[in-house]
Amino acid sequence: MSYSFGEGAPYNSAGGDPRGPVVSMRGISKSFGHVQALRNVDLDLYPGEVVALVGDNGAGKSTLVKILAGVHPQDAGTVTFEGRQVSIPSPAASRELGIATVFQDLALCDNLDVVANLFLGREVGGAVLDEETMERRSWELLRQLSARIPSVRMRAATLSGGQRQTVAIARSLIGDPRVVILDEPTAALGIAQTAEVLNLIELLRERGHCVVLISHNMADVQAVADRVIVLRLGRVNGRFRAPAMSYEDIIASITGVLNLEEGTPEDDIGERGSL
Amino acid sequence: MSLGHQQVDDGTADSLRDAFTGLVARLRSGDLGSLPVVAGLVVLAVLFQLLNPRFLAPGNLVNLTLQAAPLGVIALGTVVVLLVAQIDLSVGSVSGLASAIVGVCAMRLEWPMTVGVLVAIAAGVVIGAFYGFLLNRFGVPSFIITLAGLLAFLGVQLALLGADGSINIPFSNPLVQFANAWFLPPWAAYVLVGVGMALMLGSDLAHRRRRILAQLPVSHPSLPIAKAVALTVALCVAVWYLSIDRGTGAMPVLFVLLVVVMSGMLHRTRWGRSVFAVGGNVDAARRAGIPVGRTLVTAFMLCSALAALGGVLAAARLGSATTSSGAADTNLNAIAAAIIGGTSLFGGRGSAWAAVLGVLVISVISSGLTLLNLDSSVRYVITGAVLVLAVIADSVSRRSRLSHGRG
Repeated sequence: MSYSFGEGAPYNSAGGDPRGPVVSMRGISKSFGHVQALRNVDLDLYPGEVVALVGDNGAGKSTLVKILAGVHPQDAGTVTFEGRQVSIPSPAASRELGIATVFQDLALCDNLDVVANLFLGREVGGAVLDEETMERRSWELLRQLSARIPSVRMRAATLSGGQRQTVAIARSLIGDPRVVILDEPTAALGIAQTAEVLNLIELLRERGHCVVLISHNMADVQAVADRVIVLRLGRVNGRFRAPAMSYEDIIASITGVLNLEEGTPEDDIGERGSL
Repeated sequence: MSLGHQQVDDGTADSLRDAFTGLVARLRSGDLGSLPVVAGLVVLAVLFQLLNPRFLAPGNLVNLTLQAAPLGVIALGTVVVLLVAQIDLSVGSVSGLASAIVGVCAMRLEWPMTVGVLVAIAAGVVIGAFYGFLLNRFGVPSFIITLAGLLAFLGVQLALLGADGSINIPFSNPLVQFANAWFLPPWAAYVLVGVGMALMLGSDLAHRRRRILAQLPVSHPSLPIAKAVALTVALCVAVWYLSIDRGTGAMPVLFVLLVVVMSGMLHRTRWGRSVFAVGGNVDAARRAGIPVGRTLVTAFMLCSALAALGGVLAAARLGSATTSSGAADTNLNAIAAAIIGGTSLFGGRGSAWAAVLGVLVISVISSGLTLLNLDSSVRYVITGAVLVLAVIADSVSRRSRLSHGRG
């Protein structure tokens, strides 16, 4: 198992990777009973970019990433990972592919220390754990992320909100994923801690990961996102690209005042600039 | 930023001060560890000694260790189930059933003793596996499953014992001998203490060595040595004191060995890590790919198997299996012991040693009140009150942890 970051040169030109997208979703639809959560959504994710998924409550952001995370399968549409069509029936399958998801609740075990949380489910060693290797790798990983954690033997319960978020993100990196999905990573954080997490997101991009960021906070989105995808009532209602995107356009798109997608060809993905 | 404290072998004063400040910080955040229990034990012992000078006499303490061991084995299993944030209310019935099985196998069927013991423990394993299956397959709360088990297995126990209602096992039986008459000669007890402490020190130093090789911060080498010396002295004094009477019983030694093994399994193995993860945050454990179902099943299997072994030991100690084996207070005493010893009812917190501490408290109360010729009614009330105190302490320390950080 590797804890190192992606090999090769980082791709800073968002969406411009000649190797094409890591993940391509086409025509994704999903219903829960009578509620149509997603209708015919297309999404491409490229290495080394930060894609923000924004939208009002119930717009379908969470449903879309949960399909990638293997929480529930789509009703219609295809997911292509590194050029090959895949099905993602379970969270384990998602992780196997190289998609790491950090949910809003962070899924930390408060009674376990940082090392145990980082390696939860991926412990090093045989039946008997190799604590020294895990502790050493934890230090290295957290140092690479410039994380301010006083001791990796602290219980998760004693960490601050920002530290918890950092540990959760660090944990997602342990399998060296291609795509890291962050669900509202800054929602519960103060100003300084938010800045730390945003720095971390930029660090992930530099390392060549594709970061999918779900956020309600437009300031955060504008600070780090290379592209913004707006979902409204289960449809893509706007696609913007930094630095040309404006706060007003995004908000208009979220609320439905602006509709960029009407009549857009299905395959015109992610290439539309802002107005 | 360097690897924590990069200097691997820093000054004594520094690392000792670190250890001390770490301890103080932990205590302040409500993580009291086993301190309150140990303090409570001392208070209880002094109190009972003042009320009846025979309480701390070697003979009474030997009896206390013999009486505590079977209940301790049951409590040890209960600790595991509590760690995965479940509960087993049927440990008493399962222990009673196991004593009935041993009685029937040994006396009515006249099978060899070991076969009877193995059958009883196997019955426990099967019961635990069944609980785990019901829990995983149907999602029925373990509270209800094991409450049903409490009744059902009490019924099986009564059916096995038949109309007589009891099976006597003669004192000449090796199992009864083991529980009542097997004592380590003092030299063997001292050797056992010496070997045990040497192994502990060796393990601590090897652990320290591995950390140095991995360039991780380590404590000063005097700490593990001091710990080993202090424990050796304490245990030698205990062995010496008990040897004034009959000595160190084989059954209490078996109990402590089981605790040592369980502690290693909980803290050193992948399985143990899953147990704590499932007890701490079952959703997180599941999403991290921990086999939650399997962890729950193994926890219940261990609990019921240990309950069965405890029942066998109790029958051996009593020299009979009766309809009242494992009845009445066994259940609650075992669960109370686990909680009093410091296992959290909320899951994910506790250790195998909680069973030792908790069962000592329960046994001290029981023995002390018996010496005072107090009726069992008073004993029940006082044990109940202590249990409430322990649960309050658990909740208060949890709330304090919550206010000192999340969790």
